[in-house]
Amino acid sequence: MSLAQRISRAPEAIAGITILICLMLVALSAPLLFPGDPLAISGTPLLRPFVDATHWLGTDRLGRDVLAGVVHGARTSLLVGLVSAAAAIVLGSVVGTLAGFAGGLLDELLMRVTDAFQTVPGFLMALAFVSTIGPSLMVVVTAIALASWTAPARLVRAEVLSIRERDYVASARAIGMHPLKIAFREILPNALPPVLGLSAIIVAGAILTEAALSFLGLGDPNRVTWGGMIAEGRAVLRSAPFLSIIPGVALVLTVLGVYLAGEGLVEATSRRSRA
Amino acid sequence: MRPLLQVSGLTKAFKRGGRGVPAVQDVSFDIGPAETLALVGPSGSGKSTLARLVTRLIEPDGGSILFEGEDILRLKPKAMRAMRARLQIVFQDPGSAFNPRATVSRAIADSLKIHTGFSQGERRTRVRDLLERVRLNPDLAERSIHDLSGGQRQRVAIARAMASSPTLIVLDEAVSALDVSVRAEILHLLKRLQRETRVAYLFITHDLGVVRAIADRVAVLDDGRIVEHGSAQEIIATPQSPTAQALVAAVPRLRLQAQ
Repeated sequence: MSLAQRISRAPEAIAGITILICLMLVALSAPLLFPGDPLAISGTPLLRPFVDATHWLGTDRLGRDVLAGVVHGARTSLLVGLVSAAAAIVLGSVVGTLAGFAGGLLDELLMRVTDAFQTVPGFLMALAFVSTIGPSLMVVVTAIALASWTAPARLVRAEVLSIRERDYVASARAIGMHPLKIAFREILPNALPPVLGLSAIIVAGAILTEAALSFLGLGDPNRVTWGGMIAEGRAVLRSAPFLSIIPGVALVLTVLGVYLAGEGLVEATSRRSRA
Repeated sequence: MRPLLQVSGLTKAFKRGGRGVPAVQDVSFDIGPAETLALVGPSGSGKSTLARLVTRLIEPDGGSILFEGEDILRLKPKAMRAMRARLQIVFQDPGSAFNPRATVSRAIADSLKIHTGFSQGERRTRVRDLLERVRLNPDLAERSIHDLSGGQRQRVAIARAMASSPTLIVLDEAVSALDVSVRAEILHLLKRLQRETRVAYLFITHDLGVVRAIADRVAVLDDGRIVEHGSAQEIIATPQSPTAQALVAAVPRLRLQAQ
C-alpha cells in the first residue's frame, strides 16, 4: 500500500492536510486576492464584520482591512513556522548524529551544549535573541530555530545510538566507507522517522512562538502577523473583540491543521513499518 | 608459502559490570592464499568476536594481525579503509546486514565507489556482472533488498564482498541462518568463487557438516581459546578435545561416518 493510500485512510490526516493546503493556497495567492500593502488604510475604522461587502471581516482601529491582514498574516505564520522548524530539525539532526555516532568527548561536548540550551526556556531565549538583535523575519526565524533544535537533537542521538550497533553499519565500515558518510547516509535517514513525527509539534510550536513574539511587538514590523493583529485588537477588546478573535481563530486552525497532518503522517508511516 | 593472514596472540575482553570478561584469549592461527580455514566452536566461544577482530571492526586488547604482510592494527584510518578492499566480511543474518533502504545495486555499488575509479556506467555494468557471478538475475539490481529471500540476500552479500576483489573473506556463520537446500547452494557458490578468484575464506561456524563441505583446515575454539587444530578430515574422524567431540556428536550423519 502506498503512502498516499495509507494517508487517505486516516481521517485526521485528511482533515489536517486539507486545512494546510487551503492555508497555503490562501498564503500564496495573497498578493492576488489583496494586492497592495495590507498595512495601508483602506476604509472607515472599526467596521464590524459581515456588514460591508468590500471589508468582509471589517476593519481595525486605523481602518485597515482585517481579511487582508489575516490572508497576508498566513504567509508570515506559515513561512516562519516551516522555515524555523526545518532549520531546527536540520541543526538538531546534525548535532544528534555527530554526538551519537562519534561518542566519547564529542558526544559529551555536544550534549552539554544541548543541556545548556534546554535549561533556558525556549520562548525566553527567542525573546532575548530578538530584543537584542532587532526584529526582522530572519532574526525571528533564527531565534525560534535556536529555541527548538534540542528536542530533535536528543531524539536523533538516541536513535543513532541504537542503529550504529546494527550489522549494516558494520557492513558499511567493512567495505571501507568513510565514517561521516556512514553517519549521514547510512544511519541518519533511518533515524529520522521519529523526528518527523516530532516535526508537527515543532512547526506548531514555531507558529505559536512567532505569534507570541509579534504579540509582544517583537515581530517583523514590516509584515502583518496574526500575533501582531491580536495585540493590536487588545486595546479595543471590549468594543471590538472580533479584531482579536479573527486572527486568533486563524492561528488555532493553522496549528490544528499542522498537528492533525503530522499525526496522520506518523500514523501512516508507522503502519508501513509494522507491515 | 607466506601466509595471507597471520594472527598471533589475539586477546579481547569486554567490560561487564566493571570487570573484564575475556571473549578471546591468546588466539593464533594463519591462513594461506586460496585456503579455507574453518573456525568452529559452540555458541559463546568467541567466534563472532574473533570475526570482528580479524576484520578490525572492533579493536583487540593485544596481539597482532598480519594481513598481506602488513600489521593492520597499526594502519591509520585512511590506509585501513583502503586495505578493506582486500579483507571482506559476510555476516550471519542477511536480513540485518543491509541498510533497510538500500537497493541491490546500491549495496554493491557502494563498495565499487570506494575502491575503484569506475564511472557510474561502468559501475552499473560491474554490478550486473557480479550478480551473474553469484547466480542472481541481473535484473534484480534495481529491486529493494527487502524484496529478496534470505538466500538471495546472502548472495547479494557475497557479491558485495567480492566487488572489491578481496583476497580474504571472513564468513561469520554466513550459511547458518539459511535452510538446508539454500545452504548447499551457497556453499557450492563459495567453492566456485574460490576456484575462480583464489580468494581465501575464514569460515566461522558451529556446524561441522558445513565444515566438511568446504574447509581445508579446522581450528576448534572454546571459551575464547583454540583447543584443537588440524585438517578437516582429522578433526571430523578423530576429534581429540571434548569440545570437538561434542560438535561431531551434534551432527548425526557425521557420527555415522565416524563409526
